[in-house]
Amino acid sequence: MQNKQDENRIIASSLTYTYPEAAKNAVDGVTMRVKKGEFLAILGHNGSGKSTLAKLFNALYVPSAGTVWVCGLDTRDDDLVFDIRQHAGMVFQNPDNQIVATVVEEDVAFGLENNGVEPKEIRVRIDEALKAVNMTKYAKKAPHMLSGGQKQRVAIAGVLAMKPDVIILDESTAMLDPSGRQEVMNTVHRLNKEEGISVVIITHYMAEAATADYVIVMDGGKIAMSGTPREVFTQVQRVRELGLDVPPMTDLAYMLRKNGVNVRADVLTVDEMVEEVCRLSSSN
Amino acid sequence: MLKDITLGQYFPGDSAIHRMDPRMKLILTIIYIVGVFFISNLPGYLLALAFLYLVVRISGIKFDYLLKGVKPLRFIIIFTFVLNLFFVQGETVLFDLGFWRLTKEALENAIYFALRLVFLVMGTSVLTLTTSPVQLTDGLERLMRPLQKFHFPAHELAMMMTIALRFIPTLLEETDKIQKAQMARGADFESGNLIARAKAMIPLLVPLFVSAFRRANDLAMAMEARCYRGGDHRTRLRELKYTKLDLFGALAMAGFIALIVVEGKLLG
Amino acid sequence: MSIVIEQLNYVYMSGGPYETKALSDINLTIGDGEFIGLIGHTGSGKSTLVQHLNGLLMPSSGRILVDGLDLADKATDRRAVRRRVGLVFQYPENQLFEETVEKDIAFGPKNLGLDENEIARRVKDAMRRVALDYDELHERSVFELSGGQMRRVAIAGVLAMEPQVLVLDEPCAGLDPRGREEILSLIRNLHKEAGTTIVMVSHSMDDVASLAERVIVMNHGEVVMDGAPRDVFSCGEELRGMGLDVPQAVMLAQKLREKGYDIPEGLYRTEEIMAEIMKIAGKEAQHA
Repeated sequence: MQNKQDENRIIASSLTYTYPEAAKNAVDGVTMRVKKGEFLAILGHNGSGKSTLAKLFNALYVPSAGTVWVCGLDTRDDDLVFDIRQHAGMVFQNPDNQIVATVVEEDVAFGLENNGVEPKEIRVRIDEALKAVNMTKYAKKAPHMLSGGQKQRVAIAGVLAMKPDVIILDESTAMLDPSGRQEVMNTVHRLNKEEGISVVIITHYMAEAATADYVIVMDGGKIAMSGTPREVFTQVQRVRELGLDVPPMTDLAYMLRKNGVNVRADVLTVDEMVEEVCRLSSSN
Repeated sequence: MLKDITLGQYFPGDSAIHRMDPRMKLILTIIYIVGVFFISNLPGYLLALAFLYLVVRISGIKFDYLLKGVKPLRFIIIFTFVLNLFFVQGETVLFDLGFWRLTKEALENAIYFALRLVFLVMGTSVLTLTTSPVQLTDGLERLMRPLQKFHFPAHELAMMMTIALRFIPTLLEETDKIQKAQMARGADFESGNLIARAKAMIPLLVPLFVSAFRRANDLAMAMEARCYRGGDHRTRLRELKYTKLDLFGALAMAGFIALIVVEGKLLG
Repeated sequence: MSIVIEQLNYVYMSGGPYETKALSDINLTIGDGEFIGLIGHTGSGKSTLVQHLNGLLMPSSGRILVDGLDLADKATDRRAVRRRVGLVFQYPENQLFEETVEKDIAFGPKNLGLDENEIARRVKDAMRRVALDYDELHERSVFELSGGQMRRVAIAGVLAMEPQVLVLDEPCAGLDPRGREEILSLIRNLHKEAGTTIVMVSHSMDDVASLAERVIVMNHGEVVMDGAPRDVFSCGEELRGMGLDVPQAVMLAQKLREKGYDIPEGLYRTEEIMAEIMKIAGKEAQHA
């Protein structure tokens, strides 16, 4: 176990969750893991069980069956709940509905206050956290004066101040405009690279999933597809069946191949498509 | 009219009054108001006014601003004034209309009561104008903390206040949006009699409540995810400390109270 | 029916310390049957502009003529304007309030003072247009529906007013790809079949590219571009400078051009660029 824990931040085994009085399982026998330092995207249409899964990672929900270990801690153990939530921080969808305090820095301090951290240490940690998300100059501002992207960065800072091993973003970009989405994605990518924090993003934006190390597609509470973004998105037909899009360039590659043009199927970005076109014309 | 109410608004600043500990300001405000309620002659009220004026000057807030805050409450003040005129019994009759006579006691009572209300509003306005909502809730929570021994929910009340303050702007914005959305569907909030208008509020209030409940639900989950577990063992980013300023404040208030007590003795 | 906007200015909190100019000198004509994509980053003034189109906001100066009715004139009957110009707000499901789907959709027509039969007809018609099954859903509570269904009920509530111009503010915000596709296709059909004039506010260049016939770009409260999609999207640099994206197909065309390929200017649809790549590969499109 010790060894496993070193390389995996979250391990889910036959994880199942049923909402009270629901006929079907919202999450149905999911086995997966989040590795140390990994950037994982969980995709799926609305109602596919992806958000429920996220809430099982944070002990907000307790498994109906199966187990999930967060940094080696079993979420079914009541005594470990607060440890687990400190290890695996969560950012939610609606930026307005997760900020508690009336001043930015007070909100960042919220989790630390709950955990009884000394005031001096809180000061140090919130300053660091606000710096890490580039929000230092908004420390004294009222949250409702901020843009959506800024609010979400405050929420990330609040999680970051707890020094988590995993950050889970539960559709945290869904209500943002493109620049807000970009702000949030840049922030979590930087934290992932520089601080080595594992990131789990729950999303239905393909462009965001394309930047992940690994992608899991959920459908009906089960894992329908998994692999690197390339491996997943190349299966254009299957992805569409699951109610999702593919990145526009992957779609273009798919259509070109259907018309007999021999481009690589796993093109994700514009630059890769340019490369493919150059390769085509030089081989002609 | 809503925006005219100074009660509860904060006027950012860095004056000595602003920098005082919120707990001290709360205590002193209460003492001041209680003190004012014991004043029963006009010179006493002049003293109270002078003291308030001094405090407001130090705080850097315009006195007019404070007076403007009383304006929205003028109907309540006039109402209590009239009520006192009618219902206070007295001996010294000023004039008699047969079915009603005005007595000196009633008139005095009415005037004093109205004045007390004015001072109550102005006194608390000074508190809220110079103390940010965050400090105010902090101060309240800490003052009430000893009561927790008797199961008084001090932390919970403070948390509720914080959340209410946090969500007021959000819900105001939302109200505006829903109102416009219903107007776009031909709703009319402005005309018709009282009943028609009350009915017209339903398309506004239902979505607002639905949304407030959804927000509450979301917020509860977000707070849980951030290890919230009530007030026990909770620390705070901001620690409150009494300083010399608070001592000065306390002494000044003691002086004021002494003055009105002496003045009350002298003038009856 | 057309909407003519002349020298429109709008100032927030006029006179106060927080005075901000939200719209300045807007001149636009929205013609009958157009499909306009209105783009701009958050705070560019596009939501403020659309709220002027049906009299929810009053211009600080300038004129807005809707079918000849002057909105700046206080005497103009605003409800007569709102009957002509329907506005679907962002996250419109937040405005639902009635006990049943049918009652909620009927709210608008009822406010217009129509008779029972006409209201019933309009509710059925609006539900058909947004692809909601009347028999199955009309008596259901709106709060039992899925997010995508709630959004469609809200749109139906505006459609039931039978406006000639439909303005939609970010109609796909927050929906998953399937939900988004459903909404976009119903908007497309409204334009095609009923000939409704559409003004669609959107952040998604790809959505605008696939639907709009005319693109208006706003920045800092001004209209900075106004033209056919191919003309607007060919200004990639300027759009990016305003914090906006261009459709990926446009980016691809641009980069291929830089590599020396002969790609015509103004391509913005994936199918168009695909045809070009097929030419490069020496293939003819079989059924592009």
